[in-house]
Amino acid sequence: MNRYQYRRTKNALASCLALACVILALIPLVYILAEVVMKGAPALSWQFLTNRTTGTGEPGEGIGNAIVGTLLLVFYAALIGLPIGILTGVYVSEYGNNKFGTTVRFFNDVLANFPSIVVGLLAYALVVSYLNVGFSLIAGSVALAIIMIPIVANTTEEALRMVPNSLREGALALGVPRWKTVLKVILVNGRAGVVTGALLGIARISGETAPLLLTAFYSNYWSLSPTEPVASLPLTIFRYYSSPSQVLLQQAWGAALVLILMVLALNISVRFLMWSRTGRSKAVRKTWIIRLSRKT
Amino acid sequence: MDYKIVTKDLNAYFGEVHSVKGVGIRIPKNAITAVIGPSGCGKSTLIRCMNRMHEVVRGARVTGKVLLDNRDIYSSQMDPVLVRTKVGMVFQKPNPFPTMSIYDNVVAGLRLNGERDWKKLDSAVERSLKLAALWDEVKNQLDASGVGISGGQQQRLCIARALAVEPEVLLLDEPCSALDPIATAKIEDLLFDLKDKYTIVIVTHNMQQAARVADFTAFMYLGELIEFDVTKKMFEHPEKELTEKYITGRFG
Repeated sequence: MNRYQYRRTKNALASCLALACVILALIPLVYILAEVVMKGAPALSWQFLTNRTTGTGEPGEGIGNAIVGTLLLVFYAALIGLPIGILTGVYVSEYGNNKFGTTVRFFNDVLANFPSIVVGLLAYALVVSYLNVGFSLIAGSVALAIIMIPIVANTTEEALRMVPNSLREGALALGVPRWKTVLKVILVNGRAGVVTGALLGIARISGETAPLLLTAFYSNYWSLSPTEPVASLPLTIFRYYSSPSQVLLQQAWGAALVLILMVLALNISVRFLMWSRTGRSKAVRKTWIIRLSRKT
Repeated sequence: MDYKIVTKDLNAYFGEVHSVKGVGIRIPKNAITAVIGPSGCGKSTLIRCMNRMHEVVRGARVTGKVLLDNRDIYSSQMDPVLVRTKVGMVFQKPNPFPTMSIYDNVVAGLRLNGERDWKKLDSAVERSLKLAALWDEVKNQLDASGVGISGGQQQRLCIARALAVEPEVLLLDEPCSALDPIATAKIEDLLFDLKDKYTIVIVTHNMQQAARVADFTAFMYLGELIEFDVTKKMFEHPEKELTEKYITGRFG
């Protein structure tokens, strides 16, 4: 075998190995998805989505309050966590070339890998106990926000670092103040990465279970109040999964399917939004034509 | 002769690296001054000190004075943002903002500084693009992306963008190094047209370019200003041996 053939064989071998690894990594994902769809789909019905949980396994109960609870928890958490996370990322990337920035980056990395139950404990100590709010929606959201912040901050920072330095210098050289350069040039150019970071954060907290045990707790009733305990999909799965009742077990799978679909829908809709933004140039063209016609 | 920019004992550092050493140069008003010298001799750093872009790099610092119309731009009362509106800059690699249209690119400096009047913006676009000799090529596609045009057009777009904020000085850092001879010739023609209104400093590796466009030429070597004179004299009768060696290509 000459050297050329040897190299070709080596190349083919490496490609096969890489492909095999991809397949190996995909097996669990496909398996879980298939399992959840197969076991969860039979549970789905209109009343399953709209009725509240009772935990008794009687016919006619649903997970409506858990869906609303999860949406509320994630919404409030995003309300707290996204601005803090994104601004932290902006600071570390654009202004963090000093000791403080390095420290912030370090603690971000630590926090990103923190056990979520400990974060739940912190939120419990702070909101439930110290501020005396009790088990509540807001306590759960605070815990989820804390989990979300480092994820969002890290991806934002990375996204902004990818923005070429020449654009920063280009804007600064036009006499644009630093903060406006960051806001109107850097963030705009890195927006795909920032949105991905926000999505990653939201997807991650949507499925968090442990911190909610200590903060939002659970409720079988409809509750929109920020200071009341609230149901959530992950905790519904957690409670029903260990139940001896076949009905509840199936409902756990149903809740899992709904949770996955929610995250998926969020992902796809944001991607779609980003993608259709390229259609913006059409709008620009229109305004330009209007301005041109006005001038002549 | 009127001098637009005067540097006095200017030193620039990147951390521990001393890249501009005690340079004193007087840039004549409404003329083109070329800065030549081998790579790494500090010519880019020198002009970046003239609009306070040097300090943007981490660990960079400057000592000495840079006088713009007799006012030190490094004095504590001077706002670097204001300096940069008076002293514009065009970089080696064309860097139009990829998320903006051609129109938005030209007026980026104006709009980001708060100009909202469409009439003013429209006229600034037309004026700047005409000055940059780009208007006829892009007037029908002003809404197209700023990065969808050729490299030479992108560089002229960047020049238009710099001109739109109506600076007094235009610094060009090897603006033609990424361009073909035709695009280069266009930019050189453009510089000729601009020098009535602007003071231009151009850094170049290309000695023919310096000889073609510049009224004055400065030669730098290892961070020091070796010689500064009228271009014709510099290329025909250089005073220093080092300059002659560099110009004739007998270097090292």
